[in-house]
Amino acid sequence: MTAVQPSSAPTTIPPRVISPRKRRGTPHRRALLALLAPFGTLFFFLYLLPIFYAFWQSLLVIERDGTFGKAREVFGGFQQYELVMQNDAFWQSMGRMGLFGIIQVPVMLGLALVFALLLDSSLLKGRRFFRLAFFVPYAVPGVIAAIMWGNLLSPNVSPFKSVTSQVDLLGADLVLWSIANVVTWVFVGYNMLIIYSSLLSIPTELHEAARLDGAGQFRMAWSVKIPLVRPAIIMTAVFSIIGTFQLLAEPQVFQSFSTAVTSTFTPNMTVYATASVPNTNLAAAFSVILAVITFVLSFTFLKFTQRKGSE
Amino acid sequence: MSTATKHRTSGSVRVESQGSRGPRDALMSRTTAMVIMGVFTLYFLMPLWWLLVASSKNKGDVFTTNPLWFADFQMWSNIGDLFSYDHGIYLKWLVNSAIYAGLGGAVATLLAAMAGYALAKYKFRGREVMFNVILGGVLVPATALALPLFLLFSKVELTNTFWAVFLPSIVSPFGVYLTKIFAASSVPDEVLEAARLDGSGEIRTFFTVSIRLMSPALVTVFLFQFVTIWNNFFLPLIMLRDAKLFPVTFGLYSWNTQLNQIPELRSLVLVGALVSIVPLIVTFLSLQRFWRNGLGAGAVK
Repeated sequence: MTAVQPSSAPTTIPPRVISPRKRRGTPHRRALLALLAPFGTLFFFLYLLPIFYAFWQSLLVIERDGTFGKAREVFGGFQQYELVMQNDAFWQSMGRMGLFGIIQVPVMLGLALVFALLLDSSLLKGRRFFRLAFFVPYAVPGVIAAIMWGNLLSPNVSPFKSVTSQVDLLGADLVLWSIANVVTWVFVGYNMLIIYSSLLSIPTELHEAARLDGAGQFRMAWSVKIPLVRPAIIMTAVFSIIGTFQLLAEPQVFQSFSTAVTSTFTPNMTVYATASVPNTNLAAAFSVILAVITFVLSFTFLKFTQRKGSE
Repeated sequence: MSTATKHRTSGSVRVESQGSRGPRDALMSRTTAMVIMGVFTLYFLMPLWWLLVASSKNKGDVFTTNPLWFADFQMWSNIGDLFSYDHGIYLKWLVNSAIYAGLGGAVATLLAAMAGYALAKYKFRGREVMFNVILGGVLVPATALALPLFLLFSKVELTNTFWAVFLPSIVSPFGVYLTKIFAASSVPDEVLEAARLDGSGEIRTFFTVSIRLMSPALVTVFLFQFVTIWNNFFLPLIMLRDAKLFPVTFGLYSWNTQLNQIPELRSLVLVGALVSIVPLIVTFLSLQRFWRNGLGAGAVK
């Protein structure tokens, strides 16, 4: 992609000579300010400030003078975090998402990789059609996808009554995997396209060389293509891990189809349920912990895969 | 972008030989590949087909007739019911979504382009720090911001307003990241110097020259942001109470939660879902080229 290629334009122009009577500080200061200020201001107020505010809120506790006294917020140190640690429902929801991620992310990315490799091989006819058909679900918002699959899996309207009347896909045991199916359905094509566009940028000479060496399609995929698209796969994996721990819309919709989806089914649902009590300080603490854990997990994954890659 | 296209072209003339393997093996792998792709085509398209069929049926037929084939075709009267229900609230939702996502996406793209361009083309103190902070913003999940945004907005009494959903939507750190990288490689310094010699102001140069050179990246940023806003769920969930302000996906969600009390909403939810995704699918497929390019740009590093 040209987007990230180092500029090929040769820098024939010598570095600008700083004129002796130059204004102090940055050249084009006003233009720079005009370009940066709109985004900068909004980013500060709508990104940085909320992060610090969430952390600050999580350090407060509500105190009352007697049972019916007026409530006021006072600094409570890490008291909310002690409550988070003791909250079984929250940690169960984290565990549930961990399990979800360990199964769903590899399945989804494995499928995406296989599809991308098939699209890139000479085995297929009608590549354009498959590419479009597999990508279409990504245009469907998570809420709508969950409404569709919720109906498709409900015994009374499902087209697969023979299955849904035998197996309760919306029961406590399986509903997590029914939700995993919705997420997979939406995102496989998107991830496929990321990997596929990375495959397209492999120089053709490498294919030729491998073919001259007598490598078949499978050999070529395994020892030439997959190693080269590794960065794309890692990127999709990181985004999928982040996405998993943020899951909200799909399970929230599934509550209408299944009683097994509790109000603390995922960490974000716990945050929402706690905030609507309202117990915003505890909800803020949940948010902070969730963000930190998500960050640590995706960061660790990145470091781990990079180290393995450089061996 | 150009790299991908180049290889694509040479890729399509790749020799179709199977190396040293025989024609029968080749036939086998071809068949297997087609079968795999065929089965999954069914998996990906069947739910949409079902939605199309279900939207065309009256309330009773949804339960009693073959779910994957048409019965009494009632699509148009269902669509009529959809748009007339509750004084045409559905149309209001569609318009809201178009404004949140369309206008919001456009503003977000412009702001991100200005900032990304400034970070790429001007040297100033604190540039690296600023870029890294914004890059950190890419990794902050949007849902982690929803609750603190709600708390802040309630301080200034902006919850349950248009701005509660619109304002957070016009900030796209990812857009800054992408436009910065793109501007660095596609807006040559020589062009800027030439414009300066012609006496063009910096801002004017940006709007007349640079923004055009950056347009492929801008389309990508717009598409990403449009989809992100259109799909946003937590923000409306936590911010909005007034149904007149809902975006369409959230409106459909609210109907879907009332199915037990008002069962006739079921057919409206289905036909409403269909009507809301048709324009999205059409846009997506027609702009697919930009998707591929943009996705690739993000994937290289």
